[in-house]
Amino acid sequence: MIRTVERQPGARPVIEPVPTGDVAKRESAVRIEDLSAWYGATQAVGDVSLELPRGAVTAIIGPSGCGKSTLLRCLNRMHETTPGARVAGQVFLDSLDIYWTGVDAVEVRSMVGMVFQKPNPFPMMSIYDNVAAGPRLRGWKMDRKKMDELVERNLRRAALWDEVKDRMGRSGAALSGGQQQRLCIARALATDPAVLLMDEPASALDPIATYKIEELVRELSSEVTIVIVTHNMQQASRVSQRTAFMLAGDDGVGRLVEYGRTDDIFTNPREPRTEAYITGRFG
Amino acid sequence: MSTAVSTGVMARVPERHAVSARRRARERTMQVLLSAAAFGAATLLVIILGYVIVRGAPALNVAFFTERPLPFGVEGGGVGPAVIGTVILSVLAGVLAIPIGIASAIFVTEFRSGRLAPAVRFAAELIAGLPSIVVGVFVWAFLVRGIIGTYAAVAGAIALAIIMVPIVARTVEEVLRLVPQSLREAGLALGAPHWRVVLSIVVPTARTGIATAVVLAVARAAGETAPLLLTALGNLFFSTDLLKPISALPIQIYQYAASPYDDWHTKAWGSSLVLVGVIALLSLTLRLAIRRGAR
Repeated sequence: MIRTVERQPGARPVIEPVPTGDVAKRESAVRIEDLSAWYGATQAVGDVSLELPRGAVTAIIGPSGCGKSTLLRCLNRMHETTPGARVAGQVFLDSLDIYWTGVDAVEVRSMVGMVFQKPNPFPMMSIYDNVAAGPRLRGWKMDRKKMDELVERNLRRAALWDEVKDRMGRSGAALSGGQQQRLCIARALATDPAVLLMDEPASALDPIATYKIEELVRELSSEVTIVIVTHNMQQASRVSQRTAFMLAGDDGVGRLVEYGRTDDIFTNPREPRTEAYITGRFG
Repeated sequence: MSTAVSTGVMARVPERHAVSARRRARERTMQVLLSAAAFGAATLLVIILGYVIVRGAPALNVAFFTERPLPFGVEGGGVGPAVIGTVILSVLAGVLAIPIGIASAIFVTEFRSGRLAPAVRFAAELIAGLPSIVVGVFVWAFLVRGIIGTYAAVAGAIALAIIMVPIVARTVEEVLRLVPQSLREAGLALGAPHWRVVLSIVVPTARTGIATAVVLAVARAAGETAPLLLTALGNLFFSTDLLKPISALPIQIYQYAASPYDDWHTKAWGSSLVLVGVIALLSLTLRLAIRRGAR
């Protein structure tokens, strides 16, 4: 098990392995092996292998078109919802190979939450119903009281409760962009996913809303494994403990260049291409 | 250097001025043309409606709605059977056509991976292009002459339904395409099966557009005449029997208008006004029902 520990007030949290007797829990939350992804005949991701630690935030950074969003969408089998899309390789959630023939994509998605680049609350649903959407869409049987509790708990987890508790019946589309995104986070958390995927969750938001989302990511990382795609390097360094840097080659195929502790990637990268990117020489 | 630049800019000013004046003039011309077109379309509607009201209003009284048509020369009489017939035919045709139309639109837009979807869309387009009289002849041959053996309300409703299905399907298809892909993705990412996402997210999001599609189709069908002449036939008496001929306002208008009597011509205008009113009422009820049902 890995836990984030504050070294000193104000310092960025670092990963400290916590000794535990439970072997299964020490495993990575997500293990990616030789993953390649295509859109039709165009390969977007090539032979990526990664192990993402449990209960930590992993950032995937890289310039536009490096395949980082595609890689993320392979982790909950959303990639294949695009017509003509194809995946090769393996992805393990705990010990489950999600691309194994007997595994249903819907089952996989119910174990993984996802937050998208543009806030996408369901416009015809109230704030309450947006949070309750996941359990309802999956046909969970819950009485009204249980559902009320679930909605409140997850709005609190998304740091939105105090702002919306008096207008739960209002449309989710009436909120500000940042609030909408936190509503989407509450919606994704409502089904208790083990892993939360975030695809540039703050890129459509103003700096204050972005700050709140980052704050939230740090808080949530103690209870859920987070993978966040971003092209904002400061954001990656602020919120993550691990960073993966991807880059598209001359063939247009996105590959993993370097992966390691965020500290190391940003202060002491091994690869010259990583250094060039984080110092802003391209991308 | 800076002098050179500023002379350059100054030298271009008169020319730019001329360009922007021309652009403004073009902008104004376009605005005038477009508002003239919009005004023309609105005026046409007002003229038609106004004329129908002016010519039809004298025919209207309570008896016109409650009584059956009487032979020429007999005072009074009305289009009661036709009003009831139009409502019955439209509702029945709607009940038959709307679910099929919406379902096929959903199939074409949301489950398009199969090879069947383009075929379904092509078929809908073909049916939409069929002249309504051809639909009437078809239903006449199969149902009126064949299965039922007589002109019947249900045959009329089926003919109208055949005309409605492609209208509903094509319009709903357009509306469903307007639902942002990001909402479908949000639903799928929550672990919902595809069909759940479609029924619980895509369709409710598009509900007002779907309501419009349904209203358009019903309005179109309620005004159809040709297929009804060959299927529902018309009836001078009140009838709600689906297996017997039934009257309808377009049939009544046709019969009154084709007569040589002034009184019947006035009644034709009156029936036209009633038909417009019935369609407006049907549309309003449908809209309200769908809006309330979505809440």
